[in-house]
Amino acid sequence: MAHAYTPGLKVTPNTVVIKERRLPLKGNILVKKGDKVKSEDIVAKTELPGNVVPLNVVNILSIAPEELHELMLKKEGESVEKGEMIAQSRGLFGWFKTPVLAPASGVIESVSNITGQVIIRLKPIPVELNAYIDGIVEEVLSGEGVIITSNAMFIQGIFGIGGETEGKLVIAVKDIKDKLEASNIDETMKGKIIVGGSKVTTDALNKAIKVGVKGIISGGVDADDLKNFLGYDIGVAITGHEEKGITLVTTEGFGEIAMAQKTFDLLKKNQGKKASINGTTQIRAGVMRPEIIVTNSNIDSIPKEEKTVCSEEEFIGMCVGDNVRLIRDPHFGEIVKVKSLPVELSIVESETKVRVVEIELEDGKTLIVPRANVETIEK
Amino acid sequence: MAKFDKNKITRIVATDCGSTTTKAILIEKQGDEYRLVTRGEAPTTVEAPVEDVTAGVLNAVTELEELRGIKIIENGKFIKEKTDEKGIDLYISTSSAGGGLQMMVAGVVKSMTAESAARAALGAGAIVMDTIANNDGRRPHEKIQRIRNLRPDMILLSGGVDGGTIKHVTELGEIIAAADPRPRLGSSYKLPVIYAGNKDAIGEIEEILKEKVSLDITDNLRPTMERENLMPSRLKIQVQFLEHVMAQAPGYKKLMKMTDVDIMPTPGAVGKIMETIADIHNIEVVGVDIGGATTDVFSVFKSDEAENEKGTIFNRTVSANLGMSYSISNVFTEAGLDNVLRWIPFKMDEAELRNKVKNKMIRPTTIPSLLEELMFEQAIAREALRLSFEQHKSLAVGLKGVQKQRTVSDMFCQEEENLTLVNMINLDMIIGSGGVLSHAPRRNQSAMMLIDSFLPEGITTLTVDSIFMMPQLGVLSEVHPEAATQVFEKDCLIYLGTCVAPVGNSKYGKPCVEVSLKYKDGKEEKASIPFGEIKVFPLGICEIASITVIPTKEFDMGAGKGNEVVSKVHGGTVGVIVDTRGRRPFNLPESSEERIKSLKKWYTEMSLYPGFER
Repeated sequence: MAHAYTPGLKVTPNTVVIKERRLPLKGNILVKKGDKVKSEDIVAKTELPGNVVPLNVVNILSIAPEELHELMLKKEGESVEKGEMIAQSRGLFGWFKTPVLAPASGVIESVSNITGQVIIRLKPIPVELNAYIDGIVEEVLSGEGVIITSNAMFIQGIFGIGGETEGKLVIAVKDIKDKLEASNIDETMKGKIIVGGSKVTTDALNKAIKVGVKGIISGGVDADDLKNFLGYDIGVAITGHEEKGITLVTTEGFGEIAMAQKTFDLLKKNQGKKASINGTTQIRAGVMRPEIIVTNSNIDSIPKEEKTVCSEEEFIGMCVGDNVRLIRDPHFGEIVKVKSLPVELSIVESETKVRVVEIELEDGKTLIVPRANVETIEK
Repeated sequence: MAKFDKNKITRIVATDCGSTTTKAILIEKQGDEYRLVTRGEAPTTVEAPVEDVTAGVLNAVTELEELRGIKIIENGKFIKEKTDEKGIDLYISTSSAGGGLQMMVAGVVKSMTAESAARAALGAGAIVMDTIANNDGRRPHEKIQRIRNLRPDMILLSGGVDGGTIKHVTELGEIIAAADPRPRLGSSYKLPVIYAGNKDAIGEIEEILKEKVSLDITDNLRPTMERENLMPSRLKIQVQFLEHVMAQAPGYKKLMKMTDVDIMPTPGAVGKIMETIADIHNIEVVGVDIGGATTDVFSVFKSDEAENEKGTIFNRTVSANLGMSYSISNVFTEAGLDNVLRWIPFKMDEAELRNKVKNKMIRPTTIPSLLEELMFEQAIAREALRLSFEQHKSLAVGLKGVQKQRTVSDMFCQEEENLTLVNMINLDMIIGSGGVLSHAPRRNQSAMMLIDSFLPEGITTLTVDSIFMMPQLGVLSEVHPEAATQVFEKDCLIYLGTCVAPVGNSKYGKPCVEVSLKYKDGKEEKASIPFGEIKVFPLGICEIASITVIPTKEFDMGAGKGNEVVSKVHGGTVGVIVDTRGRRPFNLPESSEERIKSLKKWYTEMSLYPGFER
């Protein structure tokens, strides 16, 4: 093979970040092209249709569906208040009329003379969309959202929970191998995003919530700790909707794995700056990885020639001499050097016949591992 | 579908874009017959940085080029002017990347139209996320909320027989309209809803839904109480899948332009080839395709209820979240740690195992390099297969097939409907497909995984898809059936051997069966096999022998307890495997020590892993 395709996560001090901010439904855009926005600024808003309350009026009044329209006091499209009479039976000689009261406030959406069902649509649910990162409005997607660009430090995580949040970065450990424990967290970290080392414990996560920490970045997390923290086990990696009041981004994976030195150093360099993070992870059906973005102060002059991060990236190859990360045992998590890329298939210990890479460990020993088990690190 | 001069087709490339790996095969006409020449594979590239499925296709095809020594692609396009050194005549593909097709179905009565609708969707290759029915016990607002939360790719709405009342199906239409559903991928198009219910309600359904969804109307899938008509709905589902759903996945528009015929959903293609196998050999078959995200189970059984010429009923089920990479953590959760660990002949650290499983989930393309990791993955595979098969057995019941006649009295015979069509003692062949079965380092491992998870009874032939190419052959059979059949028979199906398993239980070490195997050369091998054993008799590929099994009075080989059975058995890469570990139920020893001792003995008899050889 001319090059070996291998997935890799982006860890870069400065790149152009492009963020598409899209409303779930068409709505109003509050900014225009070229506007300078802060992460917390609302850039678009819309209203989601309210929930509906179905009511079988025909059953309540014991009438035939075709009589319904005659007995309805409110028509399709009319507003009703909770408790307001919307229909009434004819009664006996004009007496003993049975009223039907609206169970909730809203608008009569439909009255069916086939099913006898009346559907009341509740008030719309307002949705506001913030900019998420500091930047410039590059494009307005008519009624649908905006595209914001910025110069930023950008780190892709491997797995996370919780949605978008922001706060100032605080390094809470001394070294990449340190665990982030409850004792590392104090009141001064309220509203901040804190950075740990090799793993974060359940106690630390709970303490962080108690203190009001907005987000945690860690090398790893134990599967058991995460299960204890969430109260359930994650079966399929589709996350981001958790409502624990904190966002977690892991950079290496599950277990106690030291954060890559480069990632740690980059976060340390940006200590005190505002970071936008998102734990949303989706490994299938349109892959999404968690991310950490720290925008640079000079967003006025975004260099156009640089490659973008979030729309289309360069094809990552692996060459002899490159540093790669082992992403499966043996030596899971270690950064090693590519020694050779044999073309022919080889047999590894499990007797699996695969394309392999020869790697050199830190102590100089060499090892043959499947190419699928290494991940490139940006040069 | 484009027209081809089949006689001029001599070189074919077929790919299957799975959720984890993209597999490519090269087929060439050699003399008078079509044969598999080589295969290539590459990680599926729906993830950043590439986010374009065609990159994975080109990588996999590049491997074909290197291995075959010809040029197939130039400037990212297939070379269509073919010579000896370059180019191809036909490029076809299947796909399950992007999470496959996820549907909701709705019908008036849960066990009638709603069940028929579910069958139509499953047969078209979809994952059925939920089935909504007027009588499903949920209140209307709960159904509305459910539709909103699930965000399917498509909805199939059915209900009511033609000429019957339109009230109930209209109510379902109102529920869908009230939910105002949004598609899962992209917000720029309306959600496709296929209506296949009472034709008298078409006007009402149009009025209710036309503005809110992309409504497509087709024939009623249950025109009368006694008749199912699933094919028009299936065809509509496949068209909508291509036009709306697949077109939203990264790079698919490009891939659709590259293929010479429509891309087929992988499960639809595999189902087609499974039916063909049962047809050619006139046998009852259970097939499985275990992927990274989902596991599909197919079965073809003979039944008095069948309407086709062969008298068979085909069923497919899909276990949406049981798979070996993306869904591996879910298998672990659903099966439970104890069920997974019962297959491992040594102790493992539980917390570490949970981390390993989760790490495979978030880095789904990694491969077990260490033996211990392979054994662990194969233990999980056994549980994924077992759970998927259990699901299949519970769904493969009652009214089945493309079109089916039933009497009204049958309709109300609920007890009969709940009986599974899967009859293990009648089953002739199990076919395994999917990475973990097709690419197991030793074929013996595939055989053992199939036995442990499907628990065949009586005499059952075991086969695997040699290199995982059934999806490609399924789509090829649509375009060029001759080429597909030839490659399938010569290069695809690998015979592992035959499993001989008496039904019944006893104590380990007590007498179970007397087995006598007569080889073609007249040689005879006899053995008395006690309960709780696995015994392998050598019988090579393409060899057939005659077997006589005399069970003790506690055991049944299909002819009644204690009765002798004489049959022909197929050889294969493993041979004839006599499994006396018990059935109905199958249990492993309770004590950890005894269990590990037994596993070691069985694995050694099967020469399963390095260090466990006879």
